[in-house]
Amino acid sequence: MIRTLETCRAQVRRCSLCGNLDATDPCAICSDGSRDGASLCVVEEVEDLWAVERAGFFRGRYHVLGGRLSALDGIGPDELRIGEMLARVQAEGVQEVVLGLGATVEGQTTAHYLAERLQGLGVAVTGFGRGVPVGGELNFLDEGTLAAAYRARRPFA
Amino acid sequence: MEWHDEGFVLSRRRHGEGSLVVNAFTFEHGRHAGLVQGGGSRAQAHLWQPGNRLDLVWHARTAEHLGSLKGEPIRLHAADLLDAPLELAGLSAAMALLDAAMAERDPHPVLYAATLRLIDALGEDEAWLADYVRFELVLLAEAGFGLALDRCAVSGATEGLTYVSPRTGAAVAETAAGDWAPRLLKLPRFLLDGSRPDRAEVVDGLRLTGHFLDQRLFDAVNRPPPQARLRLLDLLGPPAPDAPTQPAD
Repeated sequence: MIRTLETCRAQVRRCSLCGNLDATDPCAICSDGSRDGASLCVVEEVEDLWAVERAGFFRGRYHVLGGRLSALDGIGPDELRIGEMLARVQAEGVQEVVLGLGATVEGQTTAHYLAERLQGLGVAVTGFGRGVPVGGELNFLDEGTLAAAYRARRPFA
Repeated sequence: MEWHDEGFVLSRRRHGEGSLVVNAFTFEHGRHAGLVQGGGSRAQAHLWQPGNRLDLVWHARTAEHLGSLKGEPIRLHAADLLDAPLELAGLSAAMALLDAAMAERDPHPVLYAATLRLIDALGEDEAWLADYVRFELVLLAEAGFGLALDRCAVSGATEGLTYVSPRTGAAVAETAAGDWAPRLLKLPRFLLDGSRPDRAEVVDGLRLTGHFLDQRLFDAVNRPPPQARLRLLDLLGPPAPDAPTQPAD
């Protein structure tokens, strides 16, 4: 067990491009030539990257910010990997930035800030929708999610 | 020990697997912390977002303990504002200021009323920006650093008040300001007559309150003002000019 942990510590490193954790740098996702380089999904933490990756719908690349703006924890823009994200958007020919940040006050404050910084770079900026989850019964949903789902309503057919 | 009160969620920290330590600003008990069992769970996470107004029950064996907190929604403001950058910044700034500036377990019903007025006003109509500046004035007053904006500190005049002394926090009439005018803080008209301000006047108001928040609350304890307040200023206008450094009287 100790040896395994030591091996992990010795081999796992942070990807210098996206901030993911992997045994190689660049990580397997960044090295995969079949992925769509025009789409960049920005997430708060590595666990969020893997949550999106597990779902299997996204075939672009990722960028891990390393947190979110938080007044309580004193995390400002300088503490996050925002400069690296902007540099990647310009250098890698990204056409769409998907802001995959949490539906929390801090997550969306960070998303609005990033959208502002991305303005003028000629990329489409999108964010995940909020609404009724698959398998969700309306009477079990919280008021905030229901209200978000109502605001995001769309015509049928 | 147990109390039942209403309050706004100010901030929360993870505690263990799924619990949170929450700071709330309550009507009768001021800023008060408590442990929320399962507060980080999928079922409860939406409830404990900053800015949400909840019906709270706090329970502890003795008054000194952290105690446990339970909440039921009164109005979940955070979810309503997630898509509105300016309003979200206003909500975050107000909650961060209350969290950083107010003493724990010290009731401030007047400040609670000002907070309630502000949060209820948050919406697409930017009239809430005036409420935000007034909220900061009330916060300063409740912290013991109220500004005297009703008469001129130099001449005693109650008309033509256009400046505030950065040293004393007292209003100064335009006629009495003389050569000191460039070193004084602007006193926006809406704070005197209740008119609807434009963004430039709101920024003047925020520079006025910001000067005293920095000088009297945050510099005194060697802490920076909350990032959320800086973000609100960023969204509203260009960077502030250098703050006045010379006393006016």
